[in-house]
Amino acid sequence: MTQLSRRQVLLASGAVLIVSAAEAADSQSVRGQPASSARRWGLLIDTAKCAADCTICVDACKAEMGLTGHDRPLTDAQYVRKVNVKDPASGHTHSLPVMCQHCAKPPCVDVCPTGASMKRADGIVLVDRHICIGCRYCMMACPYKARSFAHEAQTGQQPHLPRGKGTVEGCTLCVHRVDEGRPPACVEACAAKAKGAMLFGDLKDSSSDIARRVAREATSRIRADLGLDPAVRYQGI
Amino acid sequence: MLARLLLGLLMMASATAALAAEPLALPKAKGGTTCVEAPAVMRRDHPDMLKHQRDETMRLGIRGAKASLKECVACHSTAAADGAPRRVDDPGQFCQSCHAYVAVKPDCFECHAAVPGQKTAGGAP
Repeated sequence: MTQLSRRQVLLASGAVLIVSAAEAADSQSVRGQPASSARRWGLLIDTAKCAADCTICVDACKAEMGLTGHDRPLTDAQYVRKVNVKDPASGHTHSLPVMCQHCAKPPCVDVCPTGASMKRADGIVLVDRHICIGCRYCMMACPYKARSFAHEAQTGQQPHLPRGKGTVEGCTLCVHRVDEGRPPACVEACAAKAKGAMLFGDLKDSSSDIARRVAREATSRIRADLGLDPAVRYQGI
Repeated sequence: MLARLLLGLLMMASATAALAAEPLALPKAKGGTTCVEAPAVMRRDHPDMLKHQRDETMRLGIRGAKASLKECVACHSTAAADGAPRRVDDPGQFCQSCHAYVAVKPDCFECHAAVPGQKTAGGAP
Protein backbone atom coordinates (compact mmCIF):
# COMPACT_ATOMS: atom_id res chain seq x y z
CA MET A 1 0.00 0.00 0.00
CA THR A 2 1.31 3.44 -0.89
CA GLN A 3 1.71 5.82 1.99
CA LEU A 4 0.90 9.41 1.08
CA SER A 5 2.98 12.04 2.76
CA ARG A 6 1.36 15.16 4.21
CA ARG A 7 3.00 17.15 1.44
CA GLN A 8 1.49 14.96 -1.27
CA VAL A 9 -1.97 15.24 0.24
CA LEU A 10 -1.65 19.02 0.38
CA LEU A 11 -0.48 19.20 -3.21
CA ALA A 12 -3.32 16.95 -4.35
CA SER A 13 -5.92 19.06 -2.55
CA GLY A 14 -4.45 22.15 -4.19
CA ALA A 15 -4.82 20.49 -7.58
CA VAL A 16 -8.47 19.72 -6.81
CA LEU A 17 -9.03 23.38 -5.93
CA ILE A 18 -7.43 24.55 -9.17
CA VAL A 19 -9.53 22.10 -11.22
CA SER A 20 -12.75 23.21 -9.53
CA ALA A 21 -11.87 26.86 -10.17
CA ALA A 22 -11.33 26.08 -13.85
CA GLU A 23 -14.68 24.32 -14.03
CA ALA A 24 -16.35 27.25 -12.35
CA ALA A 25 -15.13 29.52 -15.12
CA ASP A 26 -17.28 27.66 -17.65
CA SER A 27 -20.67 28.05 -16.05
CA GLN A 28 -21.34 31.20 -14.08
CA SER A 29 -21.92 29.48 -10.75
CA VAL A 30 -21.42 25.91 -9.63
CA ARG A 31 -24.23 24.35 -7.65
CA GLY A 32 -23.10 23.57 -4.13
CA GLN A 33 -20.00 25.77 -4.43
CA PRO A 34 -19.59 29.14 -2.72
CA ALA A 35 -19.13 32.38 -4.64
CA SER A 36 -15.49 32.75 -5.66
CA SER A 37 -13.13 35.65 -5.05
CA ALA A 38 -11.63 34.86 -8.47
CA ARG A 39 -14.52 36.93 -9.84
CA ARG A 40 -15.63 40.47 -9.37
CA TRP A 41 -18.96 41.31 -10.86
CA GLY A 42 -19.28 44.82 -12.16
CA LEU A 43 -21.17 47.18 -14.44
CA LEU A 44 -20.05 49.61 -17.09
CA ILE A 45 -22.61 52.28 -17.93
CA ASP A 46 -22.29 54.43 -21.03
CA THR A 47 -24.14 57.64 -20.20
CA ALA A 48 -24.08 58.72 -23.87
CA LYS A 49 -26.69 55.99 -24.49
CA CYS A 50 -28.78 56.84 -21.43
CA ALA A 51 -31.73 59.13 -22.17
CA ALA A 52 -32.89 61.51 -19.44
CA ASP A 53 -36.54 60.51 -19.69
CA CYS A 54 -35.91 56.77 -19.89
CA THR A 55 -36.67 54.74 -16.76
CA ILE A 56 -36.65 51.24 -18.26
CA CYS A 57 -33.92 50.02 -15.88
CA VAL A 58 -35.77 51.40 -12.86
CA ASP A 59 -39.05 49.82 -13.93
CA ALA A 60 -37.39 46.48 -14.70
CA CYS A 61 -35.77 46.51 -11.25
CA LYS A 62 -39.07 47.18 -9.51
CA ALA A 63 -40.78 44.38 -11.43
CA GLU A 64 -37.97 41.89 -10.87
CA MET A 65 -37.65 42.63 -7.17
CA GLY A 66 -41.36 42.97 -6.44
CA LEU A 67 -40.93 46.51 -5.11
CA THR A 68 -44.26 48.10 -4.38
CA GLY A 69 -44.46 51.64 -3.10
CA HIS A 70 -46.92 53.74 -1.18
CA ASP A 71 -46.60 56.65 -3.58
CA ARG A 72 -44.11 58.29 -1.20
CA PRO A 73 -41.00 58.96 -3.28
CA LEU A 74 -38.89 59.96 -0.29
CA THR A 75 -39.25 56.65 1.56
CA ASP A 76 -40.40 54.06 -0.98
CA ALA A 77 -37.87 51.32 -1.66
CA GLN A 78 -35.71 52.05 -4.67
CA TYR A 79 -32.69 50.00 -5.69
CA VAL A 80 -31.77 52.02 -8.77
CA ARG A 81 -32.61 55.62 -9.53
CA LYS A 82 -32.01 57.94 -12.42
CA VAL A 83 -29.88 61.00 -11.70
CA ASN A 84 -29.92 63.86 -14.18
CA VAL A 85 -26.92 66.18 -13.95
CA LYS A 86 -26.03 69.43 -15.65
CA ASP A 87 -22.73 71.18 -16.00
CA PRO A 88 -23.56 74.80 -15.00
CA ALA A 89 -20.65 76.19 -17.03
CA SER A 90 -21.49 74.56 -20.36
CA GLY A 91 -25.14 73.62 -19.88
CA HIS A 92 -24.31 70.04 -20.92
CA THR A 93 -26.78 67.61 -19.37
CA HIS A 94 -26.68 63.89 -19.01
CA SER A 95 -28.45 61.16 -17.15
CA LEU A 96 -27.22 58.08 -15.36
CA PRO A 97 -28.64 55.22 -13.35
CA VAL A 98 -27.23 55.03 -9.83
CA MET A 99 -27.52 51.87 -7.79
CA CYS A 100 -25.40 50.18 -5.14
CA GLN A 101 -21.88 50.57 -6.48
CA HIS A 102 -20.75 47.26 -4.92
CA CYS A 103 -17.61 48.83 -3.50
CA ALA A 104 -14.51 46.78 -2.79
CA LYS A 105 -14.22 48.74 0.47
CA PRO A 106 -17.88 49.28 1.33
CA PRO A 107 -18.49 51.80 4.12
CA CYS A 108 -21.89 50.19 4.78
CA VAL A 109 -20.09 47.02 5.85
CA ASP A 110 -17.65 48.98 8.04
CA VAL A 111 -20.39 50.64 10.08
CA CYS A 112 -22.82 47.72 10.43
CA PRO A 113 -23.03 46.77 14.13
CA THR A 114 -24.34 43.24 13.53
CA GLY A 115 -22.52 42.02 10.43
CA ALA A 116 -25.72 42.10 8.39
CA SER A 117 -24.22 44.40 5.79
CA MET A 118 -21.75 42.18 4.01
CA LYS A 119 -19.69 41.68 0.89
CA ARG A 120 -19.77 38.32 -0.85
CA ALA A 121 -16.52 36.76 -2.06
CA ASP A 122 -17.34 37.82 -5.63
CA GLY A 123 -17.72 41.47 -4.60
CA ILE A 124 -21.53 41.70 -4.41
CA VAL A 125 -22.55 43.79 -1.41
CA LEU A 126 -25.71 42.53 0.31
CA VAL A 127 -27.80 42.94 3.44
CA ASP A 128 -28.38 39.76 5.46
CA ARG A 129 -31.90 40.59 6.57
CA HIS A 130 -31.83 37.67 9.01
CA ILE A 131 -29.60 39.69 11.32
CA CYS A 132 -30.33 43.29 10.22
CA ILE A 133 -31.71 45.26 13.16
CA GLY A 134 -32.82 48.22 11.06
CA CYS A 135 -30.45 50.78 12.62
CA ARG A 136 -29.83 52.37 9.18
CA TYR A 137 -26.18 53.24 9.91
CA CYS A 138 -25.38 51.78 6.48
CA MET A 139 -27.83 54.17 4.83
CA MET A 140 -26.06 57.10 6.44
CA ALA A 141 -22.60 55.74 5.61
CA CYS A 142 -23.33 55.11 1.92
CA PRO A 143 -22.19 58.09 -0.18
CA TYR A 144 -24.35 56.88 -3.09
CA LYS A 145 -27.71 56.87 -1.26
CA ALA A 146 -28.06 53.32 -2.55
CA ARG A 147 -30.04 51.74 0.25
CA SER A 148 -33.67 51.88 1.26
CA PHE A 149 -35.50 51.01 4.45
CA ALA A 150 -38.70 48.98 4.57
CA HIS A 151 -40.88 51.11 6.82
CA GLU A 152 -44.02 49.02 6.57
CA ALA A 153 -45.07 45.39 6.50
CA GLN A 154 -44.43 44.03 3.02
CA THR A 155 -46.57 41.83 0.82
CA GLY A 156 -46.12 40.41 -2.64
CA GLN A 157 -42.45 39.51 -2.25
CA GLN A 158 -40.71 37.59 -4.98
CA PRO A 159 -39.39 34.16 -3.88
CA HIS A 160 -35.84 35.21 -4.82
CA LEU A 161 -35.97 38.49 -2.90
CA PRO A 162 -37.29 38.34 0.65
CA ARG A 163 -37.96 41.79 2.08
CA GLY A 164 -39.63 42.79 5.31
CA LYS A 165 -40.50 45.60 7.67
CA GLY A 166 -37.69 47.06 9.73
CA THR A 167 -34.77 45.99 7.56
CA VAL A 168 -32.54 47.79 5.09
CA GLU A 169 -32.42 46.70 1.47
CA GLY A 170 -30.65 47.65 -1.69
CA CYS A 171 -29.49 46.55 -5.11
CA THR A 172 -28.26 42.95 -4.98
CA LEU A 173 -26.81 43.14 -8.50
CA CYS A 174 -29.58 40.55 -9.10
CA VAL A 175 -27.49 37.96 -7.29
CA HIS A 176 -30.20 35.34 -7.85
CA ARG A 177 -29.84 35.81 -11.61
CA VAL A 178 -26.05 36.15 -11.57
CA ASP A 179 -25.75 32.78 -9.79
CA GLU A 180 -27.84 31.26 -12.57
CA GLY A 181 -25.62 32.79 -15.24
CA ARG A 182 -28.07 35.51 -16.25
CA PRO A 183 -27.40 39.27 -16.31
CA PRO A 184 -29.14 41.64 -13.87
CA ALA A 185 -32.69 42.64 -14.79
CA CYS A 186 -31.75 46.29 -15.46
CA VAL A 187 -29.00 45.29 -17.89
CA GLU A 188 -31.28 42.86 -19.70
CA ALA A 189 -34.10 45.42 -19.98
CA CYS A 190 -31.77 48.20 -21.14
CA ALA A 191 -30.38 45.95 -23.88
CA ALA A 192 -33.81 44.72 -24.94
CA LYS A 193 -35.92 47.88 -24.75
CA ALA A 194 -33.47 50.80 -24.67
CA LYS A 195 -30.06 51.50 -26.16
CA GLY A 196 -28.02 48.94 -24.25
CA ALA A 197 -26.18 51.46 -22.11
CA MET A 198 -25.27 48.91 -19.44
CA LEU A 199 -22.67 46.16 -19.66
CA PHE A 200 -22.42 43.50 -16.98
CA GLY A 201 -19.51 41.14 -16.44
CA ASP A 202 -16.56 39.88 -14.48
CA LEU A 203 -13.96 42.64 -14.00
CA LYS A 204 -11.31 40.08 -13.04
CA ASP A 205 -11.74 37.99 -16.19
CA SER A 206 -9.41 39.69 -18.68
CA SER A 207 -11.25 38.08 -21.61
CA SER A 208 -14.68 39.45 -20.62
CA ASP A 209 -16.20 42.33 -22.58
CA ILE A 210 -16.33 44.58 -19.53
CA ALA A 211 -12.70 43.98 -18.51
CA ARG A 212 -11.50 44.61 -22.06
CA ARG A 213 -13.44 47.84 -22.37
CA VAL A 214 -12.33 49.05 -18.95
CA ALA A 215 -8.73 48.33 -19.94
CA ARG A 216 -9.09 50.07 -23.32
CA GLU A 217 -11.42 53.00 -22.79
CA ALA A 218 -11.63 55.86 -20.32
CA THR A 219 -14.05 55.11 -17.52
CA SER A 220 -14.76 56.85 -14.26
CA ARG A 221 -16.38 56.07 -10.96
CA ILE A 222 -18.62 58.33 -8.94
CA ARG A 223 -16.81 59.86 -5.98
CA ALA A 224 -13.62 58.04 -6.87
CA ASP A 225 -11.91 60.40 -4.42
CA LEU A 226 -13.37 58.39 -1.55
CA GLY A 227 -11.24 55.42 -2.53
CA LEU A 228 -14.03 52.87 -2.13
CA ASP A 229 -13.19 51.09 -5.40
CA PRO A 230 -16.75 50.68 -6.73
CA ALA A 231 -17.53 47.90 -9.20
CA VAL A 232 -19.83 50.20 -11.18
CA ARG A 233 -18.04 52.32 -13.75
CA TYR A 234 -19.42 55.08 -15.95
CA GLN A 235 -18.43 56.58 -19.26
CA GLY A 236 -19.15 60.13 -20.33
CA ILE A 237 -19.48 61.79 -16.96
CA MET B 1 -49.02 -4.28 42.54
CA LEU B 2 -52.11 -5.08 40.54
CA ALA B 3 -53.17 -1.42 40.65
CA ARG B 4 -49.78 -0.37 39.32
CA LEU B 5 -50.00 -2.92 36.50
CA LEU B 6 -53.46 -1.75 35.57
CA LEU B 7 -52.28 1.88 35.59
CA GLY B 8 -49.40 0.94 33.33
CA LEU B 9 -51.71 -0.82 30.90
CA LEU B 10 -54.05 2.15 30.91
CA MET B 11 -51.18 4.55 30.13
CA MET B 12 -49.95 2.35 27.27
CA ALA B 13 -53.42 2.16 25.82
CA SER B 14 -53.89 5.92 25.97
CA ALA B 15 -50.45 6.52 24.46
CA THR B 16 -51.29 4.19 21.55
CA ALA B 17 -54.56 5.98 21.04
CA ALA B 18 -52.77 9.35 20.98
CA LEU B 19 -50.25 8.07 18.45
CA ALA B 20 -52.91 6.52 16.29
CA ALA B 21 -55.02 9.64 16.16
CA GLU B 22 -53.55 12.11 13.65
CA PRO B 23 -53.75 15.40 15.53
CA LEU B 24 -53.80 17.53 12.42
CA ALA B 25 -55.27 17.33 8.98
CA LEU B 26 -52.50 18.94 6.95
CA PRO B 27 -52.95 19.86 3.31
CA LYS B 28 -51.13 17.34 1.11
CA ALA B 29 -47.97 18.32 -0.72
CA LYS B 30 -48.08 18.60 -4.50
CA GLY B 31 -48.52 15.24 -6.20
CA GLY B 32 -45.48 13.50 -7.62
CA THR B 33 -43.08 15.22 -5.24
CA THR B 34 -40.89 13.69 -2.57
CA CYS B 35 -39.71 15.56 0.49
CA VAL B 36 -35.97 15.87 1.11
CA GLU B 37 -36.24 13.79 4.30
CA ALA B 38 -38.66 11.43 6.05
CA PRO B 39 -41.63 13.16 7.76
CA ALA B 40 -40.30 12.37 11.26
CA VAL B 41 -36.96 14.04 10.44
CA MET B 42 -38.63 17.02 8.80
CA ARG B 43 -40.96 17.59 11.75
CA ARG B 44 -38.08 17.67 14.18
CA ASP B 45 -35.22 19.18 12.20
CA HIS B 46 -36.66 21.56 9.58
CA PRO B 47 -35.84 24.73 11.57
CA ASP B 48 -32.19 23.68 11.92
CA MET B 49 -31.95 22.67 8.28
CA LEU B 50 -33.32 25.99 7.12
CA LYS B 51 -31.33 28.12 9.53
CA HIS B 52 -28.07 26.45 8.55
CA GLN B 53 -28.88 26.69 4.87
CA ARG B 54 -29.91 30.33 4.90
CA ASP B 55 -26.44 31.44 5.99
CA GLU B 56 -24.66 29.27 3.44
CA THR B 57 -26.81 30.52 0.60
CA MET B 58 -27.06 34.15 1.61
CA ARG B 59 -23.55 34.82 2.86
CA LEU B 60 -21.44 32.34 0.92
CA GLY B 61 -23.51 32.11 -2.25
CA ILE B 62 -23.92 28.31 -2.20
CA ARG B 63 -26.87 27.46 -4.42
CA GLY B 64 -28.74 24.24 -5.13
CA ALA B 65 -28.64 22.83 -1.61
CA LYS B 66 -31.08 20.22 -0.36
CA ALA B 67 -32.87 22.40 2.18
CA SER B 68 -34.60 25.37 0.61
CA LEU B 69 -37.50 27.41 1.94
CA LYS B 70 -38.45 28.27 -1.64
CA GLU B 71 -38.88 24.56 -2.40
CA CYS B 72 -40.89 24.02 0.82
CA VAL B 73 -43.34 26.67 -0.33
CA ALA B 74 -43.37 25.38 -3.92
CA CYS B 75 -44.50 21.90 -2.80
CA HIS B 76 -46.68 22.69 0.20
CA SER B 77 -48.71 25.63 -1.07
CA THR B 78 -52.24 24.79 -2.14
CA ALA B 79 -54.49 26.60 -4.59
CA ALA B 80 -57.85 28.12 -3.76
CA ALA B 81 -60.96 27.25 -5.74
CA ASP B 82 -60.22 30.06 -8.21
CA GLY B 83 -56.70 28.74 -8.77
CA ALA B 84 -54.96 31.49 -6.81
CA PRO B 85 -52.20 30.12 -4.55
CA ARG B 86 -52.85 30.29 -0.82
CA ARG B 87 -50.16 31.44 1.59
CA VAL B 88 -48.57 28.56 3.51
CA ASP B 89 -48.92 30.65 6.68
CA ASP B 90 -52.68 31.15 6.30
CA PRO B 91 -54.82 29.39 8.94
CA GLY B 92 -55.29 25.72 8.06
CA GLN B 93 -52.46 25.74 5.52
CA PHE B 94 -49.38 23.55 5.78
CA CYS B 95 -47.00 25.66 7.89
CA GLN B 96 -49.57 27.45 9.98
CA SER B 97 -51.72 24.46 11.01
CA CYS B 98 -48.78 22.73 12.70
CA HIS B 99 -47.30 25.94 14.07
CA ALA B 100 -50.66 26.90 15.56
CA TYR B 101 -50.91 23.41 17.12
CA VAL B 102 -47.53 23.79 18.87
CA ALA B 103 -48.05 27.54 19.53
CA VAL B 104 -44.90 28.67 17.69
CA LYS B 105 -44.92 31.69 15.40
CA PRO B 106 -42.85 31.27 12.24
CA ASP B 107 -41.20 34.56 11.26
CA CYS B 108 -40.06 33.33 7.85
CA PHE B 109 -42.98 34.75 5.92
CA GLU B 110 -42.73 38.31 7.20
CA CYS B 111 -40.01 38.61 4.56
CA HIS B 112 -40.09 35.45 2.43
CA ALA B 113 -42.74 34.83 -0.19
CA ALA B 114 -45.43 32.50 1.17
CA VAL B 115 -46.72 31.54 -2.26
CA PRO B 116 -44.76 29.88 -5.06
CA GLY B 117 -43.21 32.14 -7.67
CA GLN B 118 -44.44 32.30 -11.22
CA LYS B 119 -42.07 30.65 -13.66
CA THR B 120 -40.55 33.16 -16.03
CA ALA B 121 -39.32 32.57 -19.52
CA GLY B 122 -35.73 33.37 -18.56
CA GLY B 123 -35.41 30.58 -15.98
CA ALA B 124 -36.40 29.67 -12.46
CA PRO B 125 -38.29 32.29 -10.45
